[in-house]
Amino acid sequence: MKSAALRRYLRRAFTYLLAIVVALWVLAPIYLLGVAAFSEQNAIYTFPKQFVASPFSTDTIAFFLRSTGVSKAITNSVIVALLTLFFTMLIGTPAGYAIARFLFRGRDAFRLLIVSTRAFPIVILSIPLAVSFIEWDLYDSVYSLALMHTALALPFTILTTSSVFASVPRDLEEAATTLGCNQFEAFLRVALPLALPGLAAAMLFTFVLSWNEVFAAVILTVRNRTLPALVLTVLDVSPTPYKFAGGFVMLAPSLVFMFFIRKYLFNLWGRVTK
Amino acid sequence: MTRRHWQQVTPYLLLLPSTIFILIFFSYPMVESFALAFRADDGGWTLKHFEAMVTDVAFVPAVCTTLLLVVIIIPVQFVLALIMALLIQAKLKFSSIFLYIYSIPLGISELAAGIVWFALFTERGYLNSILINLGLLNTPFIFLSYQNTVWLISAVVLAEAWRATSIVMIILVAGLQSIPNEYLEAADVFGASPWDKVWRVILPLLKPSLQVALILRTILAFQVFAVVLAVTGRGLTLLAAEAYLWYNTYRNPNVAAALATLIMVLSIASTMIYLWGLRTPEEQSL
Repeated sequence: MKSAALRRYLRRAFTYLLAIVVALWVLAPIYLLGVAAFSEQNAIYTFPKQFVASPFSTDTIAFFLRSTGVSKAITNSVIVALLTLFFTMLIGTPAGYAIARFLFRGRDAFRLLIVSTRAFPIVILSIPLAVSFIEWDLYDSVYSLALMHTALALPFTILTTSSVFASVPRDLEEAATTLGCNQFEAFLRVALPLALPGLAAAMLFTFVLSWNEVFAAVILTVRNRTLPALVLTVLDVSPTPYKFAGGFVMLAPSLVFMFFIRKYLFNLWGRVTK
Repeated sequence: MTRRHWQQVTPYLLLLPSTIFILIFFSYPMVESFALAFRADDGGWTLKHFEAMVTDVAFVPAVCTTLLLVVIIIPVQFVLALIMALLIQAKLKFSSIFLYIYSIPLGISELAAGIVWFALFTERGYLNSILINLGLLNTPFIFLSYQNTVWLISAVVLAEAWRATSIVMIILVAGLQSIPNEYLEAADVFGASPWDKVWRVILPLLKPSLQVALILRTILAFQVFAVVLAVTGRGLTLLAAEAYLWYNTYRNPNVAAALATLIMVLSIASTMIYLWGLRTPEEQSL
């Protein structure tokens, strides 16, 4: 009996150890890039490299942020991400709500359409759209890129919002309608506030998706580069501190955002069957 | 219109904007992509863009590297993702923190992940610093040399395994959560080892999740390009990277569209293979 307990204890300890090792596998590379980004520029050229940022310095990050085009690219990235977020919410939330609340003919067909567009190769969309955007005089603009990113993010928004609304009890909305609200008011005053945390997670995910997207960004823009598009195009001519600081600036938002949306990730990717 | 009538129309009105948007932004580019790839300047049909694509010296290496990476990366990712998912489901303390850490890479872009691994593998990078500090090397080893394809591919595989395993983990955790506890308890009652439980109970029940994850990961793997540019420079080339080059550097959208069409065909073919190879008796929707 005692040995069984011991074995269980050892197994538990091993599980924790493994969990920590896997966590280090994820965190260590980010930490090392962070060390590089927060060292002085000349420390980046020293070898062997140091494993703590001492002296701690924002010199390298500042150098990156002051480099040509970077501040404009960051602004563009934020504008594109915010526009994408606005468009997806405007178009996607009603669809998500419809899937969650109504039984209608064609519902499963629509779900299938959404699920299959979720994995649609962006490469196929970007190149013909770039050609068309040039014809329509929409090329190289943050708006057209935001439309492209909306296409990319829309399936996720619809799937998340539908599962978020499905988790808001229907009775509450019905109670509101018996108390004199029409259906739209019931949605606005009851379902929407309750769904807000889930919707916020969907918005953060959309922001990250757009902030990170590089293929469409580099194809669809020339002067109005977003941050990943700019960094990619100057990658082979830029000095090491620029690369390291640029990499860190690009990944920093995800460190914060993933914390807030970790619980909702299963709604974004998880649902295999309804 | 009557109230009842409205009730019937409402869902369709709510779906209308996204349906229109999807038709414009998915169907139109697909048709346009085929047109770009198959149309000649005089308006007739042609295969000359495909000829240009195939005869380009970089084409065969690009196809080989793309397929090779898919074949190596996907099994590595699935083993790692299954380990992560089982750890998340092991009811550890702080499991929410582990979930956060394991899902961080999901929010990291291809390009940033490529830079992270470039920082590790470059000649004066962290890996060489560690090896020298440990006394295993005297002078830095050049991992990312153009002549050293094995190391180039290994570095990209590690970077992709690091970056893109999170998605698979999330899908598998969701799948694990839907496995009734009774099944695992029953396995315990019959004295199954943890290994047996994974192999005989969990994996068979995870088949639908595995199928979805495989389809998504393979389609996404055909589009990878920024990781490879960041880690290897021009040391390796891939189909999506070629599409980018043809469009941006050679200014030839037709050949770029031909490459995009090829990526599309590969994506559809791999989806069919997974749907057929992992089919389940009951209807399992995607």
